[in-house]
Amino acid sequence: MKKVVFLMEPFSCPSCIKKIEGALSRAKGVQQVKVLFHSSKIRVEFDESIIAADDLQALIENLGYPVLSKKIS
Amino acid sequence: MNAKQTVRITSLSAILLGAAIILHFAGWHEARQITLIAATFIAGTPIAIKAWKAIRMKAFSIELLVTIAVIGALFIGEYVESAAVTFLFLFGALLEIRTMEKTRSSLKSLTDLAPLEASVWRGGEWVTIPVEEVEPGDRVIVRSGEKIPVDGPIISGTASINEAAITGESVPASKTLDDQVFSGTLIDHGYIEVLAERIGDDTAFARIIELVEEAQEAKSKTEKFLERFANIYTPSIVILSIVVYLFTRNIEMTLTFLVIACPGALVISAPVSIVAGIGNGARHGVLIKGGDVMEQLAKIDTVVFDKTGTLTKGRPGVTDIHSWNMDKDELLRLTAEAEFMSEHHLGQAIVREAKKRFIQLQHKAQNTEVIKGNGISAEVEGKQLAAGNRKLMESQGTVIHPEIEAYAAQREKAGNTAVFISVGNEIAGIISIADQIRPEAEAALAKLRKNGIKQMIMLTGDNVHTARLVGEQLGLDQVHAELLPEDKVAAVSKLKEQGYRVAMAGDGINDAPAIAAADIGLAMGEGGTDISMETADIVLMADRLDQFSHAYALSKATVRNMKQNTFFAVGTVFLLLIGVLFGKVFLASGMLIHEASVLLVILNAIRLIRYTSDKPSNRHQNEVKANESAPAR
Repeated sequence: MKKVVFLMEPFSCPSCIKKIEGALSRAKGVQQVKVLFHSSKIRVEFDESIIAADDLQALIENLGYPVLSKKIS
Repeated sequence: MNAKQTVRITSLSAILLGAAIILHFAGWHEARQITLIAATFIAGTPIAIKAWKAIRMKAFSIELLVTIAVIGALFIGEYVESAAVTFLFLFGALLEIRTMEKTRSSLKSLTDLAPLEASVWRGGEWVTIPVEEVEPGDRVIVRSGEKIPVDGPIISGTASINEAAITGESVPASKTLDDQVFSGTLIDHGYIEVLAERIGDDTAFARIIELVEEAQEAKSKTEKFLERFANIYTPSIVILSIVVYLFTRNIEMTLTFLVIACPGALVISAPVSIVAGIGNGARHGVLIKGGDVMEQLAKIDTVVFDKTGTLTKGRPGVTDIHSWNMDKDELLRLTAEAEFMSEHHLGQAIVREAKKRFIQLQHKAQNTEVIKGNGISAEVEGKQLAAGNRKLMESQGTVIHPEIEAYAAQREKAGNTAVFISVGNEIAGIISIADQIRPEAEAALAKLRKNGIKQMIMLTGDNVHTARLVGEQLGLDQVHAELLPEDKVAAVSKLKEQGYRVAMAGDGINDAPAIAAADIGLAMGEGGTDISMETADIVLMADRLDQFSHAYALSKATVRNMKQNTFFAVGTVFLLLIGVLFGKVFLASGMLIHEASVLLVILNAIRLIRYTSDKPSNRHQNEVKANESAPAR
């Protein structure tokens, strides 16, 4: 189990949260998603044997939210 | 679409709008219309895309309302309106992000304190590496003006350290060998080597950041209500506007109604206040865990304090030195030499006091003998010295004269333990030791009362005598002594049953059950090392009671700010809708007012960031007091 934190551009609308949380939690291998609206971060816990952090990043960017940086732990 | 693109699109749309105005005055009607349509499409496309993405996720969004209105406006040929609305919407959103950033800035200024690099000892030399690559066990060197990158003890050197990032306390603390230092704190001057114990996400600093982040996301009841409200509100506005159309058959009015009713200001009115308030707290060394806690705290009318470690410093300190035929510092020096290896807390208090007064100790005491329960005797610089209670003096055949006895009794009555010191079987002096009341306690409690706390109660496991003394000095309403942890829980529960809203402040594991039982639990954070940080609702990072009084005043200010915002947002939408229905407000001007109301709500919240509950003179006093007590910590 790994945890990745994506640093995003500032979110402007609370509805973004629903969008991102929905899309990520539907992805296989994702255990838990938390979008931190005020600190512009997305925290994802995932199973690295099923999905890679880069896939998650691609998924977020496809929704239209550029990822500034990420930190895996 | 990223921020840069939004800026570009918005400015392009602004330029086109400007061009359209010029074309209008030049009389080129056709060109004007084409420019306006172009502006609408350029600014409208990103809005429509966002609306579409939201629909796919089954979320009603403000963008959807705007898109419907703009398509409608294009349909009926109102190009000025359509271009103006799309531009205003994008421009407003940009301003919103910018100003929202301000409300989040206090958290950001915290995270900016995170160190990036560290100098560590690797392979026989000092190398500078990114902070992520530091491993536990590394020796890290930190110089004057640098940030400490890890948590751990000092293994060499001394430094004066600004720990504001952890404690909110800006007066530097002096630290030396074996003292614990924290990541994110700053060396004011000095130079130290630190053994890396905790790194990265495990440091106290990283945990504080994470807790503050979580706190800002944790929604208050008002926020949750507003969100539920917005979920019903948006679709019902769509239905209502259809009703408006059916009654008036006026497309323009219907579209205006649709846009004006956007819940923009309403949705953010509560969260911005909370975020700004929590940020303010974090900067002042108070961790308030979420909007719900903020709202609860504002309603508190009863505060229950633990004594030891909460109202008092929690470890004994020397309160007075009285000597006969000897200099006070000399007496302290000799006694400290004798007590140097002592494990007794009174002995340690004497040694600490000597260090605090910068008295050099030689550690040359000989024949040190601990007489359990009574004191200590040793040979210091050729003199036979004993320090302890009356029994020790008696057993050594030292006579306590009536005047000395009278002095000792008076000190004991004032809540001290009197340590008799004899040199060569003559009483040389008495050192009084007591667990002192925190220097800021009195002012902090007065401020709590001023801000609306109705009663303050102390619960302690200590004896009645000491408890009553502290209670009298601080002017507490009730004092209950000799309690067990479960008695404290019972007392808190009883107060709650009587209808009081109770906050419980405590410092240790023995208070944890009572802290959990109270409406609001406060814990002393002790530099972020305690597990209580995770269980309490509010953590005072520097263990300072004035941080609590600030938090209380802040919570009231935050709730007030939130109410102002909600009231203002609802009021604006309500007035605008009436204006629309009476044909006084049109699409573009309505949009302008609407965006302005959103900005005003954010600006109002920004005031909270700079909120200080102290008057400047007061504040200064507190800092001076903190300075005095700093070396004792």
